[in-house]
Amino acid sequence: MTDASGPVLARLAHPADFEGWRQQARALALAGVAPAQIDWRIGDADAGLFADAAVPLPEPKPGIELTVPRDFPELARLVVCHRDAGRFDLLYRLLLRLQSQPALLRVLTDDDVHKANAMAKSVRRDLHKMTAFVRFRQVEGPDGAEAFVAWFEPEHHIVERVSRFFVERFASMRWSILTPLRSLHWDGATLHIGEGASRADAPDDDAMEAYWRTYYANIFNPARLKIKAMKAEMPEKYWRNLPEAQLIAPLIAAAGRRAEAMVANQPTLPSERHLRQAQRQRDEALPGPEAGGSWQEAKAAARDCARCGLCQHATQTVFGEGPLSAPVMFVGEQPGDQEDLAGKPFIGPAGQVFDRVMGEAGLDRSRAYVTNAVKHFKFTVKGKRRIHERPNAGEISACRFWLGLERDFVRPKLVVALGATALNALTGHTGSLASMRERDLVLEDGAALIATVHPSYLLRLPDEAARERETARFRADLGRVGLLVPEMVAA
Amino acid sequence: MAQPTVMEKLEILSDAAKYDASCASSSTTKRNSLKGGIGSTTGSGICHSYAPDGRCISLLKILLTNYCSYDCVFCINRSSSNVRRARFTVEEVVDLTLSFYKRNYIEGLFLSSGIIRSPDYTMAELVRVAQTLREVHGFRGYIHLKLIPSANADLVAQAGLYADRVSINVELPSEVSLKRFAPEKQPREISAAMGGLKLRIEEGKAERAKSRRAPAFSPAGQSTQMIVGADGASDAAILQRSAQLYGSFGLRRVYYSAFSPIPDSSAQLPLAEPPLMREHRLYQADWLTRFYGFEVGEILDDGVGGMLDLAIDPKLAWALRHRARFPVDVNRADRETLLRVPGLGTKSVGKILETRRFRRLRLEDVGKIARSMTTLRHFIVAEGWRPGAVLDSERLKQHLAPRPQQLALL
Repeated sequence: MTDASGPVLARLAHPADFEGWRQQARALALAGVAPAQIDWRIGDADAGLFADAAVPLPEPKPGIELTVPRDFPELARLVVCHRDAGRFDLLYRLLLRLQSQPALLRVLTDDDVHKANAMAKSVRRDLHKMTAFVRFRQVEGPDGAEAFVAWFEPEHHIVERVSRFFVERFASMRWSILTPLRSLHWDGATLHIGEGASRADAPDDDAMEAYWRTYYANIFNPARLKIKAMKAEMPEKYWRNLPEAQLIAPLIAAAGRRAEAMVANQPTLPSERHLRQAQRQRDEALPGPEAGGSWQEAKAAARDCARCGLCQHATQTVFGEGPLSAPVMFVGEQPGDQEDLAGKPFIGPAGQVFDRVMGEAGLDRSRAYVTNAVKHFKFTVKGKRRIHERPNAGEISACRFWLGLERDFVRPKLVVALGATALNALTGHTGSLASMRERDLVLEDGAALIATVHPSYLLRLPDEAARERETARFRADLGRVGLLVPEMVAA
Repeated sequence: MAQPTVMEKLEILSDAAKYDASCASSSTTKRNSLKGGIGSTTGSGICHSYAPDGRCISLLKILLTNYCSYDCVFCINRSSSNVRRARFTVEEVVDLTLSFYKRNYIEGLFLSSGIIRSPDYTMAELVRVAQTLREVHGFRGYIHLKLIPSANADLVAQAGLYADRVSINVELPSEVSLKRFAPEKQPREISAAMGGLKLRIEEGKAERAKSRRAPAFSPAGQSTQMIVGADGASDAAILQRSAQLYGSFGLRRVYYSAFSPIPDSSAQLPLAEPPLMREHRLYQADWLTRFYGFEVGEILDDGVGGMLDLAIDPKLAWALRHRARFPVDVNRADRETLLRVPGLGTKSVGKILETRRFRRLRLEDVGKIARSMTTLRHFIVAEGWRPGAVLDSERLKQHLAPRPQQLALL
């Protein structure tokens, strides 16, 4: 048999014997045996014809080394599970071709590669369908404990490979999965892979199947029949082992009539229960005594604000926060991404800069009232990101109503405008911020006003030196807050 | 009236749950029960069965109860409807889930509920089911909990710790229709709740990145559902709303559910066959925006009414409107350009890019990679292949559009 021109017999222990294939393929390739010379045989079914079954493998030829790309072994493991009789031959041919064309597996249009990939795909699908369509039936275990048995007919030789899934999922149960080829038995601790079985070895019912069928029948919507879509994912070959499949034909047959009936039936009158409940809800919803208008009520009303179009896309209104007795009110531009999601002002990146510089300037944020000129986030969507957009004059003007209410409730001694939008909202000033900065301003209600940059401006400066310089100026502006209102200085 | 049996409750409460299209059981943390408990998750979900409506059955999708104090016009369980009512106990849901799971019928539980007594009471009951499964029975399978937007933050936090996914349905694309058809629902409350969820989910992820032992908060993220065809919203309005939902809340999925006639329906709504093809086209358009680099504006740039063409898929429709961009050379074009070719999916594009590093692709090579050449051949140039004048033909659309009755049912 070592004659290089004669046929070489390679034996595999079972139909998906990857290790057996790997060892012999390696030895045969090292010996330079051509694919056409090898006769791959499974088991010892016809050992009689080959009395010399234990033929030694041919001697390796000097100078031959084997290398394969990293993804070849996994591909081969899958292909070995395929029921195609030519699988071992195909893999061996690929193994040899890979020696001269190391990138062969990347050439997806190559006939061998295409075939191997298609086989692997079919095996993967079969594996997946087995994890989906095995149905256990309960039996009594040896000591009266609950145990489960399933009957399944896979398309390929996948039973061993799929076993891990069932062990990991049902480790605490005792179960067997019987198939015509091989069977799995798990006793709660170890897995035993045994001979194939027949359908008669499995139980033929389970009390829960009636419940499962009830669920299947009722989760189905007769108004939307898509039989082709169902069959594409649950091919008919699996139906004979699925307890719910017996319902498919009757459900389809009755669907048209049921859907028509739903359309034709006149709506009924609501029940007494509904009418009582609706009355109760109406009573509860009656407005209470006319309120004098508090900050809480303003905040609640702002939640449903639709004074401009921003509410359509923003997550929520972000109202101001802080003590109503605060001596200082900080007004920013508008909530950003994080503020919009959380419903709180100044908590995102700019809010963190604000907190930091406040601390450096010796101020206590918790003593201030912090809010924004515009209470909804304005943005455009770019894929998974939201890009900030400046509010326009109309939006600023619409939201001035809420800012005005907040100023009435808080009546701060000093208002700090963070950025041009805030300055515009507070004073109507539409020119540059620079001309108003570092000046002692007064609002029409007598409160002092300081105009400075928005902390997000500092985040946008690309140049480190400029950022340090501008942060120092911002800190100095906040320092003036402490001088004007000493209550703001942290203890 | 006699108390319904568990079988009757299952009948009523699964019938009541079927209008929620969500079925995913994927992309959560990987778990198994080798060290105790029962169940596992593999990362990719498993569809254990399919109903003749083409929808996958992955989870036991039921309501805890279909009694509801809300009167949402489109909903089978609305307060004014006369459907049979039932209520499961927490233990009954737990037992059914485990019994189904042990027989490998399901990946886990998707639990929702009508609003009874108060939002907090209802949410607490849902949380109790998840908690019992996780803590009493060591259940490691998948749990999807529907959240009630106005429930208090502690309950939401607990729900996120027990569940793999949480979701809140926006139901309708605009605030105006939601107010009209679901008077008790608060659109602002719904979006605020989704915003809060996004922050918590991100926080959970950040903590898990630091320590594997940190508890995961709704590791499979959040999703939502919009009903299509109950109100007058255009496809453009629906897709713009989806883009905003994906962008704002990092949603895993927006499910579109064709409004379907329900038993005992309200006089206020169209009683017609569900617009299944429209639902299908919306999903296709949604995919184009998420995986193919299309903007919503491009998909609907035909300037007529903001509705998708029902006869052909939105990518083919776009290509037919921009014929000057074709044919595309499969041996030279970049990924972005290939992704816009009708008939090429993301996987096929990847395979073309990989293979052409070694070989010039002929038409038959592309045939080994792509699913079907019927449409594709007219839009590509390959080695030895040019599509000819067909691409400029006015009749190309009729040629490529499948006969509508074929698609509608089978």
